[in-house]
Amino acid sequence: MVKESVLVKGIQGKAPWLVLLLFVFLLIFPLVLARFYVYLVALILVTGLLATSLNIVLGYGGIYQFHHAVFYGVGAYGAAVMITKLGVSPWLSFLAGPLLSAALSLVMGAICIRLSKLYFGMLQISLGSLVWVIVYRWYSFTGGDDGIHGVAMPALIATPRGAYYFTLLVAGICLLVMYRIVKSPFGSTLQGIRDNPIRSEAVGINVKLQQLIALVIAGFFAGVSGILFVVVDNSAFPDMLFWTLSLEILIMCLLGGWFTFLGPMLGAAIIVALRTFASTFTEYWTMIQGIILMLVIIFLPQGVLGYLIARFKRLGEAFLPGER
Amino acid sequence: MLQVEGIKKSFGGFTAVNGAHLDVKQGEIVAVIGPNGAGKTTLFNLVTGILKPDGGRILFKGKEITGLSAHRICKRGMSRSFQVVNVFHRLTVFENVQIAILSRQGRTFNLFSSSKGLVVNETSDILVNVGLADKRNHLSGSLSHGDQKVLEIAIALGGNPELLILDEPTAGMSPEETGRCIDLIRQLSAQFGLTILFCEHDMELVFSITHRIMVMVRGATLIQGLPEDVRCNKEVQDAYLGESESGACST
Repeated sequence: MVKESVLVKGIQGKAPWLVLLLFVFLLIFPLVLARFYVYLVALILVTGLLATSLNIVLGYGGIYQFHHAVFYGVGAYGAAVMITKLGVSPWLSFLAGPLLSAALSLVMGAICIRLSKLYFGMLQISLGSLVWVIVYRWYSFTGGDDGIHGVAMPALIATPRGAYYFTLLVAGICLLVMYRIVKSPFGSTLQGIRDNPIRSEAVGINVKLQQLIALVIAGFFAGVSGILFVVVDNSAFPDMLFWTLSLEILIMCLLGGWFTFLGPMLGAAIIVALRTFASTFTEYWTMIQGIILMLVIIFLPQGVLGYLIARFKRLGEAFLPGER
Repeated sequence: MLQVEGIKKSFGGFTAVNGAHLDVKQGEIVAVIGPNGAGKTTLFNLVTGILKPDGGRILFKGKEITGLSAHRICKRGMSRSFQVVNVFHRLTVFENVQIAILSRQGRTFNLFSSSKGLVVNETSDILVNVGLADKRNHLSGSLSHGDQKVLEIAIALGGNPELLILDEPTAGMSPEETGRCIDLIRQLSAQFGLTILFCEHDMELVFSITHRIMVMVRGATLIQGLPEDVRCNKEVQDAYLGESESGACST
C-alpha cells in the first residue's frame, strides 16, 4: 500500500510535465527520426482520429455504429476524386470530403435510426457495404479495386514532414472540438440517452433527433480523418471502407477504453504500432493482436486508458480534466 | 388539468386498459389504486406518451394530447417518475437532474458551451429540496434503492412540471424512507402548488395525503371520488381493499 501511494504521488506531480513532454515530442521528433516513423505517427493520428469520431456515437452515444469506416472512405474518395478527376483545388476538396461524409451520414442515419441497438448495427453494415460495392465496382469513377493513387498535394504539404504537421494540426483541432462537444449540453444529453433512452424521452428529449445529429457529427470527423489519410498517403482505396476496418476501429475503442475520451487514440496507437512492428517478425501478427485483445478484455475490461485513469486518478484528471 | 376519457390499450390479445376514466384538477393530489395487473402503470404510460392508446382521449390543460410522443408531452408541463428505477446510472446525481433542466430549456443541441457551469443553482435547489444535496457527486448507479427512487422524483422536478406523475414512488422503500417520501410529496403540493397524480399500494400513504382516489380494476375505472367514499364503497372493498381497510365506515 505504502509503495503504491508513493508511486501515485510521484506520478501526480509529474503529470503536467508528461503532457508537455508528449506534445514537444510530437512537435520535434520528425526533425530527428527517420521518415518511416513520421509516416507511422501520422497514420496513428489519422486512425486515432477516426476511432475517436466513432467513439462519439459508440462510447458516448451508445449507438452500435458497426460500419463507421464508410464515412472515412467516402471523405477520402470525395477529396481524391475531386482533385484527380474534377480538378478542384485540394484545399477546397479537403473541406468538401468531410461535408460529403456528413451528408451520407445524415441519409444513412435517418434510415437506420428507426431501429435500435443491434438492429441499427445490422442495417448500418448492410447500407455501408452497399456504398463499398459502388466504390469497388465503379471503375471509371473511383478506380475500382485499384483505388486512386498519386493524388497531387499542394507544395506546403507535399513532403512527408509537411503532411505530418498538417495532420497533427488538423487532428489536434478536431480532438479539441470533439472534446468540447462531449462536455457540452449536447454531449451530456447524448450520454443520458446512452444510459437510458426511455427516461430521456420522458424528460422531454427528442432521442432520435439527438442521436441523428451525433451521427452526422461523427460522420463529419470520420471524413476529416479520411482526407488526412489522402494527405499522408496520397491515395484512396476500397479497403478504407471495407467492414473489416470498421471492426478494427471498434476494437481500438474497446482496447483503449471506450468510456474515456483519449482511449480510442491510445487503442489506435497500440494496434497500428503493433501491426507495423509485429508484421516484420511474423505473418501471423493478427494472432498476436487477438491474444493481446483477449488479455485486455479479461484483465482490463475498462480498456487500457480506463485502467490507467482508475489506477492513477489524478494523472487521468490532468490528461482529461473532468473525466471520470 | 388532466382528463382521461375512455382510454383503451391492448397488447396482443390482452386488454390492459379498457375504457378508463380519470379526472385531475389543478392543485390536487390524486391516487390511482387497484390490484396488481389492473393497468395502473399502462394508464400512466398512455398519459405520458410512452405508449400510444388504441382508443379514447387524453386532454391536458384543455388541449388534446392523445398519441403525442413522450418528449412533446413533457415539454407541455407533465413530468413523471418510474416504478422501476429508471435513472441515468453512469452519470452523477447532479448530472441526472441537470439533464432534465437542460432539456426543458431546449439546450440539448448546444454543442459548444461547457455543461459544467450550466443551471447549477436550479439543480442544487432541487437536490436540496429532495434531500440529495450531499450525494450530488455520487454516481447514481451507486445510490441505495430508496435514494434512487427519490432521484426519480428529482429528475421529474427538473422538468418544472405543472403535473407530476409518480408511479409507485415508495415501492421497495424502507419505512423511514417511505415517511420521508410522503413528506416530500406533501411539501411539493403545499409549497410549490404542484398537481400530483400517483399510484401506490401503500393504503396508509394513499389515504393520508390524497384529495381524491381513482380505483382501477381490470383496466377500467371502478370509481373516482373522495377518500371516504372510496373507503366505504362496497365494490371497492370486494375488489381490492378488504374489510380491514374499511373499518372506519359506518354502515
